[in-house]
Amino acid sequence: MHVRHLTLKDFRSYPSAELALTPGVTTLVGRNGQGKTNLVEAIGYLATLGSHRVATDQPLVRFGAAQAIVRGAVVRDDREMMVELEITPGRANRARLGKAPVARPRDVLGTVRTVLFAPEDLALVKGDPSERRRFLDDLLVQRQPRWAGVRSDYDKILKQRGALLKQAAPLFRTRSGKGAGRHTPRAGEPTTAEARESALHTLDVWDTHLATVGAQLLYARLRLLRDLVPDLAECYDAVAETDANARATYKSSLHEDAAKRLAEGEVPEIEELRVAILESIERVRDQEVERGVCLVGPHRDDVVLSLGDLPAKGYASHGESWSFALGLKLAAYRLLRRDLGDDPVLILDDVFAELDTGRRDRLAELVADCEQVLITAAVGADVPTRLRESGHTYAVELGHVSAHPPSAAAATDAVESESESAESGDE
Amino acid sequence: MYEGAVQDLIDELGRLPGVGPKSAQRIAFHLLQADAEDVTRLVTALTEVKAKVRFCEECGNVAQGERCRICADPRRDHSAICVVEEPKDVVAIERTREFRGTYHVLGGAISPIDGIGPDDLRVRELMQRLAGGEVQEVIIATDPNLEGEATATYLSRLLRTTVPDLAVTRLASGLPVGGDLEYADEVTLGRAFEGRRRVDA
Ligand SMILES: Nc1ncnc2c1ncn2[C@@H]1O[C@H](COP(=O)(O)OP(=O)(O)OP(=O)(O)O)[C@@H](O)[C@H]1O
Ligand SMILES: [Mg+2]
Ligand SMILES: [Zn+2]
Repeated sequence: MHVRHLTLKDFRSYPSAELALTPGVTTLVGRNGQGKTNLVEAIGYLATLGSHRVATDQPLVRFGAAQAIVRGAVVRDDREMMVELEITPGRANRARLGKAPVARPRDVLGTVRTVLFAPEDLALVKGDPSERRRFLDDLLVQRQPRWAGVRSDYDKILKQRGALLKQAAPLFRTRSGKGAGRHTPRAGEPTTAEARESALHTLDVWDTHLATVGAQLLYARLRLLRDLVPDLAECYDAVAETDANARATYKSSLHEDAAKRLAEGEVPEIEELRVAILESIERVRDQEVERGVCLVGPHRDDVVLSLGDLPAKGYASHGESWSFALGLKLAAYRLLRRDLGDDPVLILDDVFAELDTGRRDRLAELVADCEQVLITAAVGADVPTRLRESGHTYAVELGHVSAHPPSAAAATDAVESESESAESGDE
Repeated sequence: MYEGAVQDLIDELGRLPGVGPKSAQRIAFHLLQADAEDVTRLVTALTEVKAKVRFCEECGNVAQGERCRICADPRRDHSAICVVEEPKDVVAIERTREFRGTYHVLGGAISPIDGIGPDDLRVRELMQRLAGGEVQEVIIATDPNLEGEATATYLSRLLRTTVPDLAVTRLASGLPVGGDLEYADEVTLGRAFEGRRRVDA
């Protein structure tokens, strides 16, 4: 698929912008802070309903504006589809598909698919486990949008169960003596023992739900990782021109026996995982009540990345870490391409500047056959000439996009964007 | 901010569920411009509802007397109880005309985030009704969202262990997941009723 046209209104630094795009390579060049990443971030948002840079929507709306609009015309198999998102911080987004509003924004997931690589992705290698979990879960949703629902159910269950653990904690502490017997219940009011009993029963219920939904998520991640690993090794080697044996193994919060099997790459059935989660919860129940947090489940898991015999985190060099993160994204690209029988839009934000010449050229070669590649660079010369010359290059300056080098024809049908000063203050 | 009485009205309206500050203001000005008669009718309705309407002692549904219309009706099947979250769910199920038994209104669903546990729902009262021995079947019709499902799981386990002979069923899906029972149309809800399934706790 490819994005044929992008329209922005009050998104980031753009009061408004119209950007025409074509299949093949498009390079956006401009000095720092001119609005290159903002453009590709908007396309990423259409695909994932999230930004790769920030966790909340507020920074995405132009400073002083109330809401932002991102609209994309996407072409797949010669059929064009329009997706529109209205981003209002603090409220649910509103979405349209074609002309019709959809019930929930997540119903548009799958219309645009992107794989975006940006400097922030270095955190995949160097950052917290949450970064790697998010990578897997986001990819799951791109692969099959229905996982968005499972993921959000799981998050809700965690919140409910966490709240319950916190409420239950004092009830269980009285058992060890502290404050026991101080409170004499009135008639009809449950005694502490009864309240404890009732809390345990309720906790049981949330355990059941956590295990049921958690097992589905866990299963999906394990399968995804199994499918991703061979491509990861290939992509890393292709970029780095080594035989480095780049690997990714699942590190689970389940009890030791189960965790060991998962680390070895086994993918058990969902039912087996459900039972393993319940067993594991059983073992940490006391700790959970004491600390008031859910200690077992996909939300506590990690993926261990390694190069040869060494873990990447803490050992890999900067360039190696960078190539590893790139390898993960390129592997994701291949996986989606194979799964969906269609190319996602590949976005490479500021990638080339960090790579040595050999890696630049090999990356260029790897992406040459992708249906649409969007590249941003502060210095045009960092992008291999062959790649730049095979497609269009636009200059981005202060929120204006123009053909580069200036060519009247390309400029008019490519882009029109309004400058900040031309915008009248609206509601 | 408006002066005295107008602001008081806006504040009161704003406390109603689903009414934000903007709507509160709009309703307040609508009332200011309305005929005195219309406002009097509204005031009477509000006073009457507080004075006359109570909650049924048996099922917890809204009622004009000690018992609601349904509990008081001898033609209803008193051996079947349909457990719902709110009185509005009773109305929704009645619309389907599928069910001839009685109801039990819990007054919400288990939701630790909102501080609602089983003891805050009318579970005790349900158990008391079952202790009579007349009831053969309980149909759990909580909302098809996470909290509703959790409540259903909790209840079915409780019923399994305390009243083993009881038939316990849960409304079949087909109901929009993540939705509210009251928004389901009659056909969907009716079908869900026909297709209710036994729950295995
Ligand atoms: N919500 C917002 N409202 C107004 N301006 C914003 C908003 N968010 C970001 N900006 C501005 O957008 C600019 C950053 O744009 P962007 O990240 O696209 O730059 P870039 O061209 O990718 O630069 P670099 O080469 O440094 O990566 C900054 O100058 C920032 O002040
Ligand atoms: Mg940038
Ligand atoms: Zn009644």
